[in-house]
Amino acid sequence: MLTAIAFTPIIGAALVFAVRAPARTTRLIALAVVVAELALTIWMYAVFSAPQGGYQFVQRADWVPAAGVQYLVGVDGLSAPLILLNGILGVAAVLVSWRVELRVREYFAWLLLLQGAVMGVFASLDLILFFIFWELELIPMFFLISVWGTGRRDYSAMKFLLFTFIGSAFMFAAILALYFSFPAGERTFDMTALIWKDMSSLIVPTSLVFGGFLIAFAVKLPIAPLHTWLPDAHTDAPTAVSVMLAGVLLKMGGYGLLRINAGMFPDQLAAAAPLLAALAVVNVLYGAFIVLRQTDLKRLVAYSSVSHMGFVVLGIASAGAGAAQLNGVGLNGAALQLFTHGTITGLLFVVVGLVYDRAHTRHIPDMGGLAGRMPLIAAGFMIAGLASLGLPTTSGFVAEIMVFLGTFPVYGLATALAAFGVVLAAGYILWTAQRALFGPPRERWSALPDASPIDAAAMAVLIVPIFVFGVYPAPLTDVFEAGVAPIVRGLGG
Amino acid sequence: MGITGRDIFLIAPELALAALAAAVVLLDLAPAFRRNERLGQAAAIGGLIVPVAFGAALWVDVHANGAQYGFNGALVVDKFALYVKFLVAAAAGLTLLASGGYARRFRPYQAEFAGLLLFSASGLMLLAAAADLITIYVALELATLPVVAMAAFAKTRAESLEAGVKYLLLSAASSAFLLYGFAFLYGASGTMQVVAPEGGGPTIAQALAQSGGGAPFGGFAVMAAAILAVAGFGFKLSIVPFHMWTPDVYEGAPTPVGAFLATASKAAAFAVVLRVFMEAFGGASADWGGLFAALAAVTMTLGNLVAIAQRNVKRLLGYSAVAHAGYLLIGVAAASQGGALGASSVLFYLGAYAAMTLAAFFAAMTLAERVGGERIEDLAGAGRRFPFPALVLAVALIGLTGIPPTAGFMGKLFLFNAAVNAGLVWLAVVGAVNSAVSAYYYVGVIRTMHLRDAPDVPPSPDADAAPRTPLAAKTALGVTALAVVALGFWPGGLLAAARAAAESLLR
Repeated sequence: MLTAIAFTPIIGAALVFAVRAPARTTRLIALAVVVAELALTIWMYAVFSAPQGGYQFVQRADWVPAAGVQYLVGVDGLSAPLILLNGILGVAAVLVSWRVELRVREYFAWLLLLQGAVMGVFASLDLILFFIFWELELIPMFFLISVWGTGRRDYSAMKFLLFTFIGSAFMFAAILALYFSFPAGERTFDMTALIWKDMSSLIVPTSLVFGGFLIAFAVKLPIAPLHTWLPDAHTDAPTAVSVMLAGVLLKMGGYGLLRINAGMFPDQLAAAAPLLAALAVVNVLYGAFIVLRQTDLKRLVAYSSVSHMGFVVLGIASAGAGAAQLNGVGLNGAALQLFTHGTITGLLFVVVGLVYDRAHTRHIPDMGGLAGRMPLIAAGFMIAGLASLGLPTTSGFVAEIMVFLGTFPVYGLATALAAFGVVLAAGYILWTAQRALFGPPRERWSALPDASPIDAAAMAVLIVPIFVFGVYPAPLTDVFEAGVAPIVRGLGG
Repeated sequence: MGITGRDIFLIAPELALAALAAAVVLLDLAPAFRRNERLGQAAAIGGLIVPVAFGAALWVDVHANGAQYGFNGALVVDKFALYVKFLVAAAAGLTLLASGGYARRFRPYQAEFAGLLLFSASGLMLLAAAADLITIYVALELATLPVVAMAAFAKTRAESLEAGVKYLLLSAASSAFLLYGFAFLYGASGTMQVVAPEGGGPTIAQALAQSGGGAPFGGFAVMAAAILAVAGFGFKLSIVPFHMWTPDVYEGAPTPVGAFLATASKAAAFAVVLRVFMEAFGGASADWGGLFAALAAVTMTLGNLVAIAQRNVKRLLGYSAVAHAGYLLIGVAAASQGGALGASSVLFYLGAYAAMTLAAFFAAMTLAERVGGERIEDLAGAGRRFPFPALVLAVALIGLTGIPPTAGFMGKLFLFNAAVNAGLVWLAVVGAVNSAVSAYYYVGVIRTMHLRDAPDVPPSPDADAAPRTPLAAKTALGVTALAVVALGFWPGGLLAAARAAAESLLR
């Protein structure tokens, strides 16, 4: 099942690349692949049983027995929703790429490979397999940004590559140190087994192993000051890649923090909680303040991602600080934020991409009065924006309120400061909407068309989960709760 | 104790290879071979079956009966030696396969070029099986001198002559260091035997264990021997600070020479270092383990940093070879802690590295001929104009960076594995960060090939005049690139062989 999910896009990528079809056929093949993939993920999600908990759909095979590496995939409540998210975003990403005309076959092949690699990251339960998929995602991203990007795309692609690669170098060393810390015979890369091991005496100080993982995930999430690659990569990437980047690639960082840093090293997490809380507040506020100064629509959304990822870190820090007794509300909120931010920011990037396709500018002061010309796109922007600032009935509200509920008892001040981030979000979203969408219509934009049916479909794919899980979050929160339950137990809650 | 038939059987791969080398040169006199140089190439490659078959027969024998000694203990045939022999034969065969078109420019001496390469390969094979210090030295010279001639083979090009002279002088100097070190070792231990059969007299390690002073390595003479041996072998391994010749020779010498030096020669040199240090200096493992760990860190860091600044593809591969010597030293340092993990990771990486480096050199050779230049910027747009070699080069460079799913990733996984197991976590971190640094220049080349458009200036007339890439060269490209990917998915087979080979070092 999970093997099919991870390899459908990869095989699809090979198919798209191999079939020398006209651009239109290529797009349709790619669409068929991602729709099939979405169907698979929905099916998996529907069959996944939250009350049962634990790891499901597990497949295990020896891969390199001499080095203890297994092919081990499976999902639990933590990864199942993220796999679903990746399925949803894959469809949106293909739909918004409909207008790509440059080297179409290669483009869709890389895009599908990217989706498959991310699926692999979420599905892997073996650390080496996890690491392989983690690295595999670099190659498609590099090519997608540097060939189909805009602006300083070469620079941004290389910066992305080097940041991630250096981060993962530390993760690699941490994985090996973890493996060799146990006597021969008990050594394993199996995450489901490692989570129950005593991590207090490793061959290197446990804090270094924890730190190695933390650096890799902090680069990816990103946590300031390791975030500087993100605005560049986002700004110069093509629309679909921005969608995938904000939607699922950043989530790999949050997922890693939850699965490995929180799941395997509860004591270290408790020790690092004050630091993480401080970094989280810096992330939220620094990101939000920077957003206020942006005039480039894409950079604006990119920095808002930095700000929102701060909430994820805050939720994790709260759990480490002993708030796990509250049934891990903060942790649950952090996990939920990963999902909701994926859909919301994905939608924001879709909309920004649509505007750029038409107006050929992302410079906000040049815009104005666009709402009258393209009501559908404007509506999409408003939905994403309002969800982003946490309006009730959207999923953004649910996640952030849970983070705050979890954090307040332990870090009152940090919660208050981070809550100010929501106020800032309201400020920048509404101000941007006013400057770009409303106001007097401008003559130069009078000929712009509204969203085509394809574009509208891309938006709809993301709007549906925003509202569905905003009004009735239980299908999501129940599953996440099952996923964070072992972590909460590990933290002594 | 004369030479028996058994001795001849044990050295049969080397003898067959040397005979093949002589035959290739002599056959070239025949009119048919004069008319069609492909015949000579086919004979050289096809003839490799004989030494490989002898090697396979020996593997079966050794598997059943354990390590075999020949020539009164001068030669040891164990799985370790055989693994290296197979690697050398594969590298030599692939180099011949890929360089048929390239060697045509040496007409009418292309058969001599192939002959020299085979002679050198037989020396490298002997090196892996050498059991005493004298045999090591003789084998080393046999392996080195043909390469000097090959490096200077393009005798109308000053760079090629420079490469030949440089290689000759530096290898002479390093041999002197090595001999001096061996003299100290002999003086301290009273024996030449690195390994010896049961009842065949004491080995160096056994003799040293009896003396044993308070100084590092158990005595100042042994310490001097170890340091001089590192200096002497360091030249072959191209580790810092003995690496200076590497980029010059790789750039100046004909491209197949670089490919051969980087793979076959390096594999045999690492093999002999493992054997000498694990067996002869085995008693002082903590001392040389630390030495190699420090050299590993310095070598890979310097190699990678300097590689960033390179503008010539072959020079870049030269510094990349330096950096990879550093990665390999990680495994050597780990091997000092005992156990088979360190040595087996080195042996696996030698195989993986051979596949990646051969692919990179072959692709660079093909592309350089097509675009008419060896600078990285000449490759701009090559991805569109020459998709196949450009794809192979991209695969090879991704492998050299260590990005999965390639042989390079698996190789680094096992090397760092061994390092962490030996308690050298810091070295694994240095290695991993170095891989990240290397991504900058490796991916930079890929970017130039696939993402930059070809310059508007019309391609040089040479490029159009260049003959089509021969099928043999295409085969070599395909085989090596396939190996890079296949080892990334299924490393198990080679790893098992490497482990069996490494275990034969632990007596």
